[in-house]
Amino acid sequence: MVLNSIEKLLEKYENGETSLKEEQQLKNYFSQETVEPHLEMYKTMFAYFSVNQQEQFTKDLPLKTKKVFNYKWIAVAAVTVLMLGFYLKTPVVSSYEEYAYGTYNNPEDALNEVTNSLAMISDHFNKGVSTVNYLDEVKKGTETLGYLNEIENTTSIIFKN
Amino acid sequence: MTQVEFLNIVMPFKDKVFRLAKRLLVSTEEAEDATQEVLMKLWNNKAKIEEYKNVEAFSMTMTKNFCFDKLKSKQAQNLKIVHSNYEDGNTSLQKQLELNDSVNWVSRIIEGLPEQQKLVIQLRDIEEYDLDEIAKMLDMNNTAVRVALSRARKTIREKLTNTHNYGIK
Repeated sequence: MVLNSIEKLLEKYENGETSLKEEQQLKNYFSQETVEPHLEMYKTMFAYFSVNQQEQFTKDLPLKTKKVFNYKWIAVAAVTVLMLGFYLKTPVVSSYEEYAYGTYNNPEDALNEVTNSLAMISDHFNKGVSTVNYLDEVKKGTETLGYLNEIENTTSIIFKN
Repeated sequence: MTQVEFLNIVMPFKDKVFRLAKRLLVSTEEAEDATQEVLMKLWNNKAKIEEYKNVEAFSMTMTKNFCFDKLKSKQAQNLKIVHSNYEDGNTSLQKQLELNDSVNWVSRIIEGLPEQQKLVIQLRDIEEYDLDEIAKMLDMNNTAVRVALSRARKTIREKLTNTHNYGIK
């Protein structure tokens, strides 16, 4: 009875006309310990199929989420830096000039500042002059040397005679 | 798409991809490489994955094409793909050995089939896909799939019968 239906199914199976459900029936039947001797070869066939179903892929998958570095961005960064450089260049110079010369809005302030700085200059100037005073000593020295001239005079008188 | 999402999509059928690759390339290592390659391609095109109607069918088609390319490539022509799938048959029972042996026979018979039939047998009898799905994956029509399947099954059965009766009749 069962055998009969199995044989029918097998025939359909070989014609490629069985549905997945019917094929499952066949697989179940042939997974038994004992099958009819004349159907023995089907057993190995179905056994092979079910063994193969178990095989698994065990290798790791190296999934890279990190993107490859884009060198285009280096160019973009370089251009940005250059542009920034050009942009900042002029203001920096003007602020330097302001710092260097200074401006006063109030003329009184300006006058005070000028007198202060002039006083500072004369102060330092006087300091310099005071050190030059030592030159007077040198003058004295040369004056004493002047006596040597008189000695020379006397000696020349002696040698003339 | 994150890695987890991608893996959730891919996990259910990665073994099927691997088995299909192995059916065509025979060697386990080659099949592993092929599977990895196919999945990496999917990963790299992950932005497009949502557009595919059926990622699984698409991957199977991709695997098929990839394996065919591999078989056709110069490398495969110069260097025959070597496989060393040594079975670890620890169960030393005579019956087990015998079964294992005849199971190997089936594997060898399928190896000898034309590629089209190999694919159909793999997709139908092992992966249990619908005939329509197979037709779509292999870019064939329904009848052609049925014919190929029928031929493959008959060949396997005939050859198995021959080996079973070898020495008896």
